[in-house]
Amino acid sequence: MASVFVANLFMGNVESNTSSSLTMTGDATATCWSCGTMRAVHFCSACGKVQPPVPVDYFTFFGLSRKLNLNTALLEREFYELSRKLHPDLCARADKREQEWSLEQSSLLNDAYRTLKDPIKRTEYLLRLEGVELEEQSKAATEKARAAGEIKKQVVPPDLLEEVFELNMQLEELRAQKKLGEDDPALVEEIGRQKLELEEKYESLSEELKKYWDEWDRLPGNATEEGRRKVRDKMVDLLNRRSYIRNLVRDVSEVLEG
Amino acid sequence: MATDRIVGIDLGTTNSLVAFMQGESPVVIPGEDGLNLVPSVVALDERDQIIVGNAARKYLIETPERAVYSIKRLMGRGLEDIQEELQLFPFRLAEDLHAGEVLRITLGKKTFTPPEISAFILRQLKRNAERFFNAPVNKAVITVPAYFNDAQRQATKDAGRIAGLEVLRLVNEPTAASLAYGLDKKQNGIVAVYDLGGGTFDISILKLHDGIFEVIATNGDTHLGGDDIDNLLIKIAIDDILGDANLDVSRNSEVVATIRKAVIETKIALSSESATEMDIELPQGKRYQREITREQFEQLIQPIIDRTVGPCKQALKDAGLKPAQIDEVVLVGGSTRIPKVRALVEELFQRKPHTDLNPDEVVALGAAVQANILGGGSEATENMLLLDVTPLSLGIEVAGGVTDKIILRNSTIPASATQYYTTQIDGQANVAIHVLQGERELAKDCRSLARFDLKGIPPMTAGMARIEVKFLIDANGILHVSAREQRSGKESEIEVQPSYGLTDDQVENMILDSFDFAEEDFRRRQVIEARNEADTILAALEKGKKSPAWGQLTSDEKKKIAKLEKALVQTKGEDDYSAIRTAIDLLNQGTMRLAELMMDTAVGTALKGKNMDEADMGEGTETGHPVARADFE
Repeated sequence: MASVFVANLFMGNVESNTSSSLTMTGDATATCWSCGTMRAVHFCSACGKVQPPVPVDYFTFFGLSRKLNLNTALLEREFYELSRKLHPDLCARADKREQEWSLEQSSLLNDAYRTLKDPIKRTEYLLRLEGVELEEQSKAATEKARAAGEIKKQVVPPDLLEEVFELNMQLEELRAQKKLGEDDPALVEEIGRQKLELEEKYESLSEELKKYWDEWDRLPGNATEEGRRKVRDKMVDLLNRRSYIRNLVRDVSEVLEG
Repeated sequence: MATDRIVGIDLGTTNSLVAFMQGESPVVIPGEDGLNLVPSVVALDERDQIIVGNAARKYLIETPERAVYSIKRLMGRGLEDIQEELQLFPFRLAEDLHAGEVLRITLGKKTFTPPEISAFILRQLKRNAERFFNAPVNKAVITVPAYFNDAQRQATKDAGRIAGLEVLRLVNEPTAASLAYGLDKKQNGIVAVYDLGGGTFDISILKLHDGIFEVIATNGDTHLGGDDIDNLLIKIAIDDILGDANLDVSRNSEVVATIRKAVIETKIALSSESATEMDIELPQGKRYQREITREQFEQLIQPIIDRTVGPCKQALKDAGLKPAQIDEVVLVGGSTRIPKVRALVEELFQRKPHTDLNPDEVVALGAAVQANILGGGSEATENMLLLDVTPLSLGIEVAGGVTDKIILRNSTIPASATQYYTTQIDGQANVAIHVLQGERELAKDCRSLARFDLKGIPPMTAGMARIEVKFLIDANGILHVSAREQRSGKESEIEVQPSYGLTDDQVENMILDSFDFAEEDFRRRQVIEARNEADTILAALEKGKKSPAWGQLTSDEKKKIAKLEKALVQTKGEDDYSAIRTAIDLLNQGTMRLAELMMDTAVGTALKGKNMDEADMGEGTETGHPVARADFE
């Protein structure tokens, strides 16, 4: 039952997922290497044998289109069903070739599930599929900072500039006090309050992100590159702000606890 | 043909067990002594034969230099990792050991690597299972602490190979325990497994869902367990003895071993009694007597058991769960019998832990369940599937000695990551990669897993090559690396040098060597002993020929003796024990009259009376085998 469900779900989506550069239409009609029957995607729907992996993106792996709103309960169910077909434990007695495929397929399955179930990772992944080099930007900045022998400075989001400036001054003061073994409860309280505010802002960003998901998911199939870029940029900007706040909260915690 | 029997093995720090699925439930296979637990103690007896388990325990006290326990603490570790262990445990390292080399432990006059010593334990378990089934057993699932790193896992797998077992899967101990628990309970929900054993601590949080056992988070400490409690009590006793009796016993390994036995008994007694007395006989007719109450004991061990709190909290945090969301806490490992440990768990998770399972056996039983699943399953295990995680993040060293994490801890395994590398100078043919495991930011603070070179990169302008390196952690938690230069499509050659592991060749040699200590060693010994006996009788015959008695023999008798002599000289050069034995017996019979004549005439030495024990066994028996050479020094 499960195999048919997954196979149908997948093939239904292959047709609608024409924007993907890596469609599997050709492979989906191939025959199973073992029993000769028409093949499901990752395993044969007739005999259950694991098939050689085909390089696909994570959305395609689960038979999903590149949409950001995703039913994670359903995703989990499919993850479990696919695990029951692909996991190496179930192929321990199979021939070496199938064991190898099972290892590759299930690592692909696990990587895909891990990425898609997490809202932030999912967004980042989609952006990367869309050609945005999130990590590369960050990595390049890190390497550049390291070469210059300094800690990487993130660009402060403009709307946070004033707050961050003040907070950094206060942190500096608290550090100095701690060094001298002094204690200013009022300052600690003030910093704690700002930390709480930042955490709230961090949370609210997740809500804001969902707005952009809706925008992205509503884009028509024939949306212009300009239209797609607009939504992408909003998401990139939000993710940058988010990671900035996260690092800031981490720094504040360190000073408060240290 | 019946399917291969796959057994489940718990290779523990203190005790080891072997179990299998009998019908629909897992059972532990007892040893020859009828006991389920095989103490993880290995000794080398006076005849240089390996003794394992209960029988080996007496050597810990009588000849500590010929015995070893808690070898699991050294698995997959290097000299610089174990400085603390060396202070607390009587491990005798080989004297010629160098940093960066695989450890070797001295037993008597021989040295063994930790995987070889573990293999002796595994071999004993294998034998127990074979005796039980009356059939060979060649495949096993072996459990490891969830928090074991790649090198420790690899060392365990090597131990299996050396013992002649194909290790179908390494399963994390708490996860295995959850399988045994889940088989029994058949309930959905969130389960935490708190596993405090002899030498390791693990906490795993799992989601049980219609037969799927999905590990959500795991954490632990591979150097925390009952051993640490023992060592603390030993240290206190040694200090007491120095203070009270003015006797320094810290370097007397026999006394320390006696104290160790006594503190373990004390520890166990205090799980059920409110107070107990330690009474140890000391040299010079002195005694060490001390009453310990449970309250005192609990105060002493508090700092040790408190070390389990951090990992538990981290695991909950990683799982994104609050203690109230845990449906059940399962206790595993002998140290969870300590009431104070149970109280700590109850406080941490705000619920009474589940204590119905036998904490010593549940891991082995779970391994048997996993073995059954791998073997194709049965009615009881139908639909059961384990989805485990990697306990530690995998990273690559990047510029500035920083760790770039590519697979995060608690990722479901198998898991993979792909990295791209390029060259930095024109025509560069190699790229060096340093793989790390751990959570720390700096490479030097993480565990070095392997260094390897991507070789044979086709000559290109700097930065042109695009080398795709794929890191894959398999279902055993062991790393595999493959690389390909994308522009040329050429597979790059990878040489992975495990930081503290054994190379394939070393493992192969150890597999060969290990036979020496089993049947092969016995056979070899027989041959050597028979050769020595042959030499003795031939020497006696030479003497006999010079005695007056020789002249009294008929020429037929002399001819017969010469023939038998020639036969013995020839067979003793060969490796066939029974042939040498037969030739000795024949020559003995053939020279019977000569011996009688010599006795009658009371000349010379009695041929038959020659005492074999006087023989110098060293001469003429050199086999060139280093292990055999040590035997007869």
